[in-house]
Amino acid sequence: MAQAANGTLYRGREGMWSWVAHRISGVLLFLFLFAHVLDTALVRVSPDAYNEVMEAYKNPIVGLGEAGLVAAVIFHALNGLRIIAVDFWAKGPKYQRQLFWAVVIGFVVLFAPFAIRHLTIVFTR
Amino acid sequence: MSATTETNYHAGPDAVSKKKSRYRRVSKGRGNFELWSWVFMRASGVLLLVLVFGHLFVNLMLGEGIHGIDFAFVAGKWSSPFWQTWDMLMLWLAELHGFNGVRTIINDYTEKDRTRWILKGLLVASALLVMVLGTLVIFTFDPCLDPSSTLSVCAR
Repeated sequence: MAQAANGTLYRGREGMWSWVAHRISGVLLFLFLFAHVLDTALVRVSPDAYNEVMEAYKNPIVGLGEAGLVAAVIFHALNGLRIIAVDFWAKGPKYQRQLFWAVVIGFVVLFAPFAIRHLTIVFTR
Repeated sequence: MSATTETNYHAGPDAVSKKKSRYRRVSKGRGNFELWSWVFMRASGVLLLVLVFGHLFVNLMLGEGIHGIDFAFVAGKWSSPFWQTWDMLMLWLAELHGFNGVRTIINDYTEKDRTRWILKGLLVASALLVMVLGTLVIFTFDPCLDPSSTLSVCAR
């Protein structure tokens, strides 16, 4: 059982906010996949059509969007593992708050090197 | 819904466990669909973690990163059955995983039946479009469409 010191409140805390972020990142990724399949389908039209659209993406604004997209992927993936742990691991529900902070740490560890690499390419061409 | 709501005092102790009993509240038609969709979300999620992280690492971290992506890059990848299979699996699992997630969200937030069915209709149509178009593109793609291609499969 949850102890009073930990708080018994789910609403407005790590559990609720990770659920909200999971939904928002999931919808974002679903919408991106739609656009991503349509633009990649241009390889079937002609090499020039595809290259033209890819060139149009190579600017700082889309570059920042791509960083946000990868951030959404990393969070959704790690929080998904947290959900699996809560569902299948006997102690998962007890440690769901600690697992959330593990997701945050994992996110920083994976996203920081990517952001440095990707944004360097985007801003220094 | 039965018209009579009077208590049947003669139902006996087995009234609820009997399959046809009117006291049995388990629905008969839907089977375990929601259970399997719950299982699918977890299983496909783990597979997608590997597929999507691999996809992002190869396309954005290796080589020239995002600026290396053009027709020649895609042609190079899809001339290999390994990447064709990888991308097809990723496409199907991601679309079905996303379909199921958005279905849950529609069920959670729509109040009118009409709104719910319109949104679900759009969802089914978009998921079919993405999976059919994506699969066709991966497998009918001709990497030698580019006349200046230097890929070995395009050598005459």
